[in-house]
Amino acid sequence: MYSDKVMEHFENPRNIGELEDADGVGEVGNPTCGDIMKISINVEDDIIQDIKFKTFGCGAAIATSSITTEMVKGKSIKEAQKLTNKDVAEALGGLPPEKMHCSNLAADALKKAINNYLGLNGGDMCDDCDDKSGKHQ
Amino acid sequence: MEPIYLDNASTTPTAPEVLAAMKPYFTDTFGNASSVHAFGRESKEAVEEAREKVADLIGADEPREIIFTSGGTEADNLAIKGIAMQNREQGKHIITSAIEHHAVLHPCEYLEEYHGFEVTSIPVDEEGLVNPLDVAEAVRDDTVLISIMLANNEVGTIQPIAEIGKIAQQKGICFHTDAVQAVGSIPVDVNELNVDLLSLSGHKFNAPKGIGALYIRKGTRIVPFMHGGAQERGKRASTENVPSIVGMGKAAEIVKNELKEKQEKLTRLRDKLIEGIEERIDEVQLNGHRNKRLPNNVNISIRYIEGESLLLNLDLKGIAASSGSACTSGSLDPSHVLLAMGISHEIAHGSLRLTLGKYNTEAEVEHVLDVLPKIVEKLRAMSPIYNQKEA
Repeated sequence: MYSDKVMEHFENPRNIGELEDADGVGEVGNPTCGDIMKISINVEDDIIQDIKFKTFGCGAAIATSSITTEMVKGKSIKEAQKLTNKDVAEALGGLPPEKMHCSNLAADALKKAINNYLGLNGGDMCDDCDDKSGKHQ
Repeated sequence: MEPIYLDNASTTPTAPEVLAAMKPYFTDTFGNASSVHAFGRESKEAVEEAREKVADLIGADEPREIIFTSGGTEADNLAIKGIAMQNREQGKHIITSAIEHHAVLHPCEYLEEYHGFEVTSIPVDEEGLVNPLDVAEAVRDDTVLISIMLANNEVGTIQPIAEIGKIAQQKGICFHTDAVQAVGSIPVDVNELNVDLLSLSGHKFNAPKGIGALYIRKGTRIVPFMHGGAQERGKRASTENVPSIVGMGKAAEIVKNELKEKQEKLTRLRDKLIEGIEERIDEVQLNGHRNKRLPNNVNISIRYIEGESLLLNLDLKGIAASSGSACTSGSLDPSHVLLAMGISHEIAHGSLRLTLGKYNTEAEVEHVLDVLPKIVEKLRAMSPIYNQKEA
């Protein structure tokens, strides 16, 4: 079902945790969805010096979070902002179609963390979820 | 350690004795059971012998009350569509429960959509039990079928089928039970259960996949939906799957003889698993009834983690299990059974089902109890909601 790359990240996730004095924090998803991703970043001289994630979710959710942190660590904010969920899925050698929506939100979480660092507003929680019913729209 | 298979509610391996009994019917005794010649007669005899063994396993009065099908799903389809069609002039109302297998729910939905039936779904309590009084209250003048499962496939809750059967009898309504998970796991007797129809599946008790049966009480009229030859007394056309029927007969004979022993062993292993998990992992909840439950079923929700990642981690350690998480259900919603029991989406996502079979050992259970807490610890360490709880 999952590519070797997904399984490799799932088995050995990189950069787990939360940064204590994070410069920016972003969270997407909710427990009803079944996937929550939280990314925290430390930024110095416009470069993401450190990044950590915490994820509640399936194998794809964990693997996408892990590879996202790896892809942007050491990159400039500008470069990191360009990262899309699609790029993340591609870097993992693809994801099963049913995982493309719910479990592939790490780039969104990153974007929120960057926006938070830049002092910009981003809507909170999973944009595609109706919090009351828990149903995806 | 060898891989550990704890997904016996999904399927079981074919027992070597069963396979051995089947083998001659592929090559030597290959005749069509409907043929008049010696080849055919030999196959026919084997089919009838298997029918007796299956009838014997579920306490049917006569072997001819057993109709072989391609599996549990076909048995459920035949029962529900067949009884509905047979009685459609009398009424178009069916009663079922919210926690049935899709092989019952979807035929009911089909009858609603294409044949104008109305279906009442009886809710369950938080332990997954149907209240027989709710069934009695739901009965209408136009009710033609009640279908409530004997034991649930996900949480193992055993329903008060005999009581519901009595209600159906008193009201003169046909009563079907899906006993796919129960047969071969607990004693099942169609007369004690007061059922008119009962579905069973071979591969849940060490027969091969692709063979099942529907018990149809003598005198119960039913419209077939497989039309063709006169096999199975006209109730299910198609050349008999002789090797598989023989296999199911053999498996029925074996499990009948060892049922008491098997039940005791699995209950002991089940309780060891449940107690071990409750002891070693905090914030877990047992889903389903603690005692009115199949001897082979453990269903536990582990908070703050998600089922699929739990299954993948177990799989990496050679342990096969299943989950009611949305990620494993093929839809965006977690198990309809857990939701019907009032369990929240969040808790349902973290459900883990371990189902035992005749080949599992004490050592395997101990190994699982050793491995599982470490996986839970690993996943909780990366769970943002576990952190929130501590904060």
